[in-house]
Amino acid sequence: MTGIEDFGRRLRARATTSLEAVEACLRRIEETRSLNAFTLVMADEARRQARQLDDEIAAGRDRGPLHGVPVTIKDILDIRGVPTTASSRVRDGHVADRDCPAVMHLRIAGAVFIGKTNLHEFAFGTTNEDSSFGPARNPHDETRSPGGSSGGSGASLAAGVGFATIGTDTGGSIRIPAAACGVVGLKPTLGEVSVEGVVPLSRTMDHVGPLTNGVADACLVYHALLGDPTRRPPAPVPMHGLRLAVLRPHFCDLLDHDVRESFESALNRLRAAGVRIDDIEIRHAADVAAVYLHLVLSDAAAYHAKTLETMPDRYCPAVRLRLEMGRYILAEDYVRALAGRSVLTREVDAALVQHDALVLPTLPIPAPTIGASTVDVSGRQEPVRNVMLRLTQLFDVTGHPAISIPSEPTKSGLPTGLQLVGGRHQTDALLRVALACESLVAGR
Amino acid sequence: MTVSDWLQSAIADANRRSLPELKAVLEALARATTALRAADFNDDAAAPRGPAPSR
Repeated sequence: MTGIEDFGRRLRARATTSLEAVEACLRRIEETRSLNAFTLVMADEARRQARQLDDEIAAGRDRGPLHGVPVTIKDILDIRGVPTTASSRVRDGHVADRDCPAVMHLRIAGAVFIGKTNLHEFAFGTTNEDSSFGPARNPHDETRSPGGSSGGSGASLAAGVGFATIGTDTGGSIRIPAAACGVVGLKPTLGEVSVEGVVPLSRTMDHVGPLTNGVADACLVYHALLGDPTRRPPAPVPMHGLRLAVLRPHFCDLLDHDVRESFESALNRLRAAGVRIDDIEIRHAADVAAVYLHLVLSDAAAYHAKTLETMPDRYCPAVRLRLEMGRYILAEDYVRALAGRSVLTREVDAALVQHDALVLPTLPIPAPTIGASTVDVSGRQEPVRNVMLRLTQLFDVTGHPAISIPSEPTKSGLPTGLQLVGGRHQTDALLRVALACESLVAGR
Repeated sequence: MTVSDWLQSAIADANRRSLPELKAVLEALARATTALRAADFNDDAAAPRGPAPSR
């Protein structure tokens, strides 16, 4: 697939149609069925939508950049008339009676919904292995996870289905599959994109955002999600004078060798292009995991308390155990985590005072093998889940916008990602930085 | 409640609920809770001069 703007030019020049793009997506879904990326393919509805949007273009009605563009939606957001399964049997029988606001904004913008994508059950995991539909697989190596929780989203986009997919991110669930699958993943500032009509993992940390093939496409979809479907991508910031800060202590302590090489070579290319790069420290970085865990477990346990009692056997066993764990957290420890959240938010704010963005890898490791519970990271055996969350969860705690862009692959050809983090409520400014850095980071 | 008292009580409750497999994850949570309680941003009523978290 080419970019959204390129597709739009061909659409408006009558060189292609939305229906042709939809048919190409449906063929690609068939060709890549082994990825198990979809919980539902909406072929008939997508064709109906595409025909209508093609008719509108022919009649001179143009909704903007997303007009006629095929997209996929993580099966945790409500699309009217179809189930929202959250990849769980707990949701058996559910059918959404309306679009959630994020989907409604995309519909108004002219996006065509191809299908709903597989995820780690209730978005509570980083590998997409625990799903009532079975694991999604990574198109770069089907023995490996596509990351999670938006694993089907990352896998389908990387396999060439659609121009964008919508994910959610509570600990890294947009950025982790973006890095594992070699695409762009944007987590906007906390609260910017509505989470109404989205099955919650943590009502205080859930974010909705796009995964796309490039940063310009992420800009278009992000603005459409906000209800501003005609906004074009902004200009990149000039490289000279750009100031980035590497979160070196803690965040760069535990990296796979190839991930480290890819990250450092990206930094060298940015420096050579005139970017000033400083090292910086988040003083309480070592406390991030404990703060995150007490927040997310408590929030999730509150949402699931009733069904854990009434239908515990419908959960995947590992997800059920994590949810049960949250029911034992004491109120005083939740309050301590809230205090830690405030401290960490101030520390990230402070790190950004002298810098346009923070920079760090997205994932410390390449996509892990499906079924692995631990992974070797430079000679140390580490739990897969802890490692995968290590570099992303901080910005769900603090709410800062963060984007993962593809960096050079490992020697064996697996994708890696570089993460840029911007100031709160400055997602557009972050996107301008990402636009400037994108090709250099990828080594193109 | 100390973390060790909490862990003992939580494991006992998990066993009562026929969820013995919770023991390992509760032990992991206990380690995280110990780390959380050791953080220097926590309030201490005997030394109330620390910076208050902003709201």
